[in-house]
Amino acid sequence: MHVGVEWFVSVSAILFGIGLYGVFTRRSPLILLLSVEIMLNACNLALISFSRYVGEQSGQVFALVVMAVAASEVVVGLGLVVAIARRKGDLDVDRLTGLRN
Amino acid sequence: MTYDIVFVVASVVAIVAALMVVLSGNPFISSLALIGNLIALATFYLLLQSDFLAAAQVIVYAGAVMIMFLFVTAYLGGRADEPTRQRPIWQTLAALVAAAGIAAEIVFGVTRESFLHGPVVSDAFGAPQAIAGRFLGRYLLAFEGTSLLLLIAAVGGVVLATRRPAPRGADEPGAFEVERPQRVRSLQSSVMQAETAFEVVRTGARADEKDEA
Repeated sequence: MHVGVEWFVSVSAILFGIGLYGVFTRRSPLILLLSVEIMLNACNLALISFSRYVGEQSGQVFALVVMAVAASEVVVGLGLVVAIARRKGDLDVDRLTGLRN
Repeated sequence: MTYDIVFVVASVVAIVAALMVVLSGNPFISSLALIGNLIALATFYLLLQSDFLAAAQVIVYAGAVMIMFLFVTAYLGGRADEPTRQRPIWQTLAALVAAAGIAAEIVFGVTRESFLHGPVVSDAFGAPQAIAGRFLGRYLLAFEGTSLLLLIAAVGGVVLATRRPAPRGADEPGAFEVERPQRVRSLQSSVMQAETAFEVVRTGARADEKDEA
C-alpha cells in the first residue's frame, strides 16, 4: 500500500458525506452545527492534502482562514441556539419558521 | 509502513467518530465524538507535514470550540436532546442517497489515477515561520479580514446571548413569530383599534403601563 494524496482526499469526501447526512436528517440545531463542523473539517483536510501534494503552503493559509470562519460560525450559531431556547424552549429546526411569514 | 498504519488507524477513528456524531441521540456523546474526530484529523495534518495546523487544530477546535459546545449542551440540559418526532422515511433515504452520492463521486474521481506522493519537501514545510510569512505578506488582506470577522463574531455572540426582557406574551405558543407587529401595535394602539373584548383588556393594561413610564 502506498498512501498518496488520493487516500486523504477520499477520507475527506467520506467525512463530508457523513456531515451532509447529519445536516439533512437531524432536527436539533446543536447537532446540525456539529455536522457542519464535520463538513468544514473535511474541506480543511482536502485543502491541506492538496497543499502537500503541490508542495505549496498557500493551502494551509486557506485552511487557517476556514478554521477562523468555523469558529465565528460556532459562536454566532450557539448564540442563536441559546437565544431561541430562552424564547421558545423548543429546539426543533422544523418548527423555526418565524421568518417565513 | 508505520506511516500506512497510522493513516489507517486515524481514518478509522475519524470515520467512526463522525458516524457517532451524526447517529448518536445524546448531544453530549455527539460533542465528545467530534473531539475524537478532530484529533484524528490533527493526526492527518501531521502525516501531511502540516505541523502548525495540527497544533492549531487541537488548540482551537478540540480546545476552544468544543468546550463552547459542551458548555451550551450543559446549559440547555434536556432541551438540547433530539426532538422525538421522526422524519418521514423518504427524507432519510434521500439524505442517504445525496450524501453517499457526493462522497462516492469524489472518491471515484480522485482514485482513478494515483497521484502518489507529492514532491519531497524540507522540514520547514508547514512550520509557523512559513505560514506567518504568507499570512503577513501575500495574504495580508485575508488576515485582516479574518481578524475583523472574529471581532464581529465576538460582538455578535455577546449581543445574541445577552438576556433581554422578553416581550409580553413571548411565552405563549406562536408569540415569537408575530413578536414585532404585536409590540408595535401595542405601543401605538388606542382603545378604538381593539376589535375584541380581550384586546381591549390587553391594550388597556398596556396603556396603564405606558402612563406609569
